[in-house]
Amino acid sequence: MAGGQERILRRRISSIDATKKITRAMELIAASRIVKAQGRVQAAKPYSEKVTDVIANLAGGGAGVDHPLLAQPGEINRVAYVVIAADRGLCGGYNNNVLRAVERSIDSDRAAGRDYALILSGKKAAGYFSFRGYEVHAAFEGFSDQPNYSDAKAMAESVAELFESGQAQQVQLAYTRFLSMGSQEVTVDQFMPLEASEIGADAAEESGVGGYEFEPEPSEILGRLLPRYAEARLYAALLEASASEHAARQRAMKAATDNAEDLKINLTRIMNRARQDAITTEIMEIVGGAEAMSQDDDGDLEDLIAQSIEGSFATLTTDRTDA
Amino acid sequence: MQVELVSPEAVLFSGECSQVVTRTVDGDIAFLDNHAPFIGALDVGQTQLWAADGVVSLAINGGFVEVSSNAVTILSDDAMAAEDIDVQEAQADLQAADQALASDADDAEAALAKKWAETRIQVSGGN
Repeated sequence: MAGGQERILRRRISSIDATKKITRAMELIAASRIVKAQGRVQAAKPYSEKVTDVIANLAGGGAGVDHPLLAQPGEINRVAYVVIAADRGLCGGYNNNVLRAVERSIDSDRAAGRDYALILSGKKAAGYFSFRGYEVHAAFEGFSDQPNYSDAKAMAESVAELFESGQAQQVQLAYTRFLSMGSQEVTVDQFMPLEASEIGADAAEESGVGGYEFEPEPSEILGRLLPRYAEARLYAALLEASASEHAARQRAMKAATDNAEDLKINLTRIMNRARQDAITTEIMEIVGGAEAMSQDDDGDLEDLIAQSIEGSFATLTTDRTDA
Repeated sequence: MQVELVSPEAVLFSGECSQVVTRTVDGDIAFLDNHAPFIGALDVGQTQLWAADGVVSLAINGGFVEVSSNAVTILSDDAMAAEDIDVQEAQADLQAADQALASDADDAEAALAKKWAETRIQVSGGN
């Protein structure tokens, strides 16, 4: 009778065990991917540093700083958001943190009478905004795990088109920065127009190198270089976001594995108690029955009890192997 | 002089070279030791680096070159070393580009694709 409860518990424990194995595997995979993703962040740094250097030297060489990507808008009517989230869930609050930050920002823009445009990376971002009835300008997906430069290039192209055509006067970049294994932070930064000071285009006069020859004209080189800079910046953001995604997933899966372990311990305890109760009840029943049968003949009582207990133990153990 | 070839995903080459030949949008240019400071935009073309252990040939699909204080930095988001080039793929790209050009001679994208395919075939040494 009580054996039924024991069987149910045993089944739950084995299913929790199976889930635990999966979450543990996901935790380990995520942990190894963080390292790889961090390596990619590092590998991308030389390029963007060199691009910044060249821009600074160009500006020092007298390139006019009047590229469309640098044009400061007079009035902002529409703000575009580039949102970088994940393709998959099971990573704690990683997706929601970025998406909520963007939604809050859109709300405050609307209060100020500005329209919005959304350029999304990651299935979860597309799902979140289209479900809530936002109009999505462009959505990219399938590379949040391991973004390539060509992915960043395609996204940057769509952003630059929106900005240069004047449909949006400002572009914000929202992603999760990877500060360390233990801490990642959602940031919403201005992406376009590019800040002349940020790319070193204004500080170069004193750099002292000077005396460069240019081929072709400095302003033409700058015109080719700035889109590369925007791409490199977006690529860096995609890489950092992917490192953050793996870190968030590793943490979430570690918590899930720990929970499964706790649950297993508790359920095993309850199950053992249920089994013990079943045995105790059965012994009580046997003793009671034997006593009632042999009220007149005291001599055989102990033998009878011993026999019955052996018999019921045998059935109990076969029950267990059945379960 | 110190030469670095940097793509967004990795540093492809880093080392001492005696000579660098590359192609800017205005034409081929060679750098020897102690070249004057120079910044150029690169065209689709072949780049050769005279390294200590032989000449390294690369196909470069646009980019930038900076020379200053005896160091050459080449930035390119699409560069391939001769041994990494898939000649058959390049041949197929070349045919596709030719077809696109045959139907529309002003197709700038196809013209670029053709140039890039030809460069890859030339650099890999197979004609």
